[in-house]
Amino acid sequence: MSILVNKKTKVIVQGFTGKEGSFHAEQCIEYGTNIVGGVTPNKGGQTHLGKPVFNTVSEAVKATGATVSMIFVPPAFVGDAVMEAAEAGIELAVIITEGAPVKDMQMAKAYATKHGMKTLGPNCPGIITAQECKIGIMPGMIFKKGGVGLISKSGTLTYEGANQVCNEGYGITTAVGIGGDPIIGLSYKQLLPMFEADPETKCIVMIGEIGGDLEIQAAKLIKEKITKPVVAFIAGQTAPKGKTMGHAGAIVSGSAGTAKEKMDALKAAGVKVVVSPAEIGKAVKEVLS
Amino acid sequence: MNVHEYQAKQIFAKYGVPTPKGIMVESVDAAVEAAKELGGPIWVVKAQIHAGGRGLGGGVKLAKSLDEVRILADEILGMTLVTHQTGPEGKLVQKLYIEDGADIKDEFYLSVILDRKLEMPLIMASTEGGMNIEDVAEKTPEKIITVPVDPAIGFQGFHGRELAFGLGITDKAEQKNIISFAQKLFMLYMENDAELIEINPLVRTGSGEFLALDGKMGFDNSALYRQPEIAAMRDLSEEDPDEVEAAKYGLSYVALDGEIGCMVNGAGLAMGTMDTINYMGGTPANFLDVGGSANAETVAKGFEIILKNPKVKAIFVNIFGGIVRCDRIANGIIEATKLTDVHVPVVVRLDGTNAPEASEILKNANIQNLIVASDLGDGAAKSVAAAKGA
Repeated sequence: MSILVNKKTKVIVQGFTGKEGSFHAEQCIEYGTNIVGGVTPNKGGQTHLGKPVFNTVSEAVKATGATVSMIFVPPAFVGDAVMEAAEAGIELAVIITEGAPVKDMQMAKAYATKHGMKTLGPNCPGIITAQECKIGIMPGMIFKKGGVGLISKSGTLTYEGANQVCNEGYGITTAVGIGGDPIIGLSYKQLLPMFEADPETKCIVMIGEIGGDLEIQAAKLIKEKITKPVVAFIAGQTAPKGKTMGHAGAIVSGSAGTAKEKMDALKAAGVKVVVSPAEIGKAVKEVLS
Repeated sequence: MNVHEYQAKQIFAKYGVPTPKGIMVESVDAAVEAAKELGGPIWVVKAQIHAGGRGLGGGVKLAKSLDEVRILADEILGMTLVTHQTGPEGKLVQKLYIEDGADIKDEFYLSVILDRKLEMPLIMASTEGGMNIEDVAEKTPEKIITVPVDPAIGFQGFHGRELAFGLGITDKAEQKNIISFAQKLFMLYMENDAELIEINPLVRTGSGEFLALDGKMGFDNSALYRQPEIAAMRDLSEEDPDEVEAAKYGLSYVALDGEIGCMVNGAGLAMGTMDTINYMGGTPANFLDVGGSANAETVAKGFEIILKNPKVKAIFVNIFGGIVRCDRIANGIIEATKLTDVHVPVVVRLDGTNAPEASEILKNANIQNLIVASDLGDGAAKSVAAAKGA
């Protein structure tokens, strides 16, 4: 079992024939992802990477029955692409592109929600169900099948965490990159209950960072509803106030959004909080043994 | 991206948001000329730097004669202004804004920000103008009014009424003024891809008008491509030169106070690396994200920027290669050490795709001062030890 995606999930790629889209779609196909086609306006009818290309998402959905879209279009077109996917009946849009205007994401996310479409990202590494389905840009070989669910705002910390978990002899059910932008799609609050409900997942690793209050919301939810052990790391304990640390959303504004505040809230909710990401693997071993 | 007060007020004026008249100048003579043109009899001489708290730091002063304008302009122009937002090193004042004095009856606070929880813009207002809004929020939260505005419907009449009644504005003409003020402000927030507008204080004049006495604006960097007029307002002299230089090469850099330079791929891992160094008893000298496509040139540039900081006693290169292959990065590091004179120990941890090959390459290169680490914890520990030994 897993959450959100598995080997049967039918996936299309928006921005299929572009440089990034092509490269990563090919890697996903190699990994075993069931990519059924892609969308690039004015290239409909062509075949790319052995899959059909469509002009619009709605044509692609009608022809293939795809339920998930992986979005690689340039930043200026992300809002448009997400809304097109929502309109066409896609159930989950995984937005990899970095640098989409915040205003566009406000509009697009509100529209997606109205149409019942879930979104992941933007500016995220995607989602991977180990040894079944990779929708995104993560290095597939790190993710061995196992019983740990992972949710992370950061791409490389997802790899770091998953690698440690696998080196300790455990593995991953599904790893989800949620992105570090100010406005993002699915977050801890929605994903934690999915892992709670997944019988294969025995433990959840959540990796957060400074800025916003999603981790605080997660702490509340964990206290009330999550019975499985949770290990957490919050990046940016040593980050200065008022500076954006790489991710557009990673900023301590005034006294809000600090790592300490988030770590304290998670500890109070019974989460095993580690001070360094180097301790994630060991902490998982501790809570599982 | 942030802009100066005078630039924010130019944008306000374009949308009909009332502000006192003012002129930006860069010399004392021009300041006096500007004051003559404005007419007086009272002027405010304001330092233009990208930081709040200018008044308390002595960068905003009232002049009652042209002579006083000259004296104050001479005093403020060229001074290094230290405020709670500039850090102890302060900021050099290179521009002044000479502004008409306003007839102030009372002061309010008004801002538009993105509420990340509601995922929409939020208008925030308070009768406690001129105060630090964070202090107001902490001590008297009931004095802050918040009005979220869904961009799908835009600013409606009810938003305005909530604001006016919330601020205790009962005069009908004044209600009309404040509602129109807020409506225009919201429109310019949306149309310019602003991230933040803060007016503190917003003043009510004796005749019941509302004026933006101050103006602070920040913009979404991701949207600057479609806001050429805003992008042209960027003042590079207000930004950290190393951060600007780093950005040219696709590197994201923030200077810190410590001794261990960090070069990492990915923002989260970069912060995590700093935290781990701290946890192991060392101090990080910087945040540096080399991005997803680290190569010899970017790594060399990273070394160069890190080594400009004389406090740096060791460098920790921490790369988790995903799509990027570690053997390529190892070659990049070797190349980079040839391009730049690296005079401190460099601890390298490469993990992920082709990591064993990378470690062989580094070992065989026989570079002096290069220490290979096996994982994040090991790398941080070795960096801390190297910095202490240096």
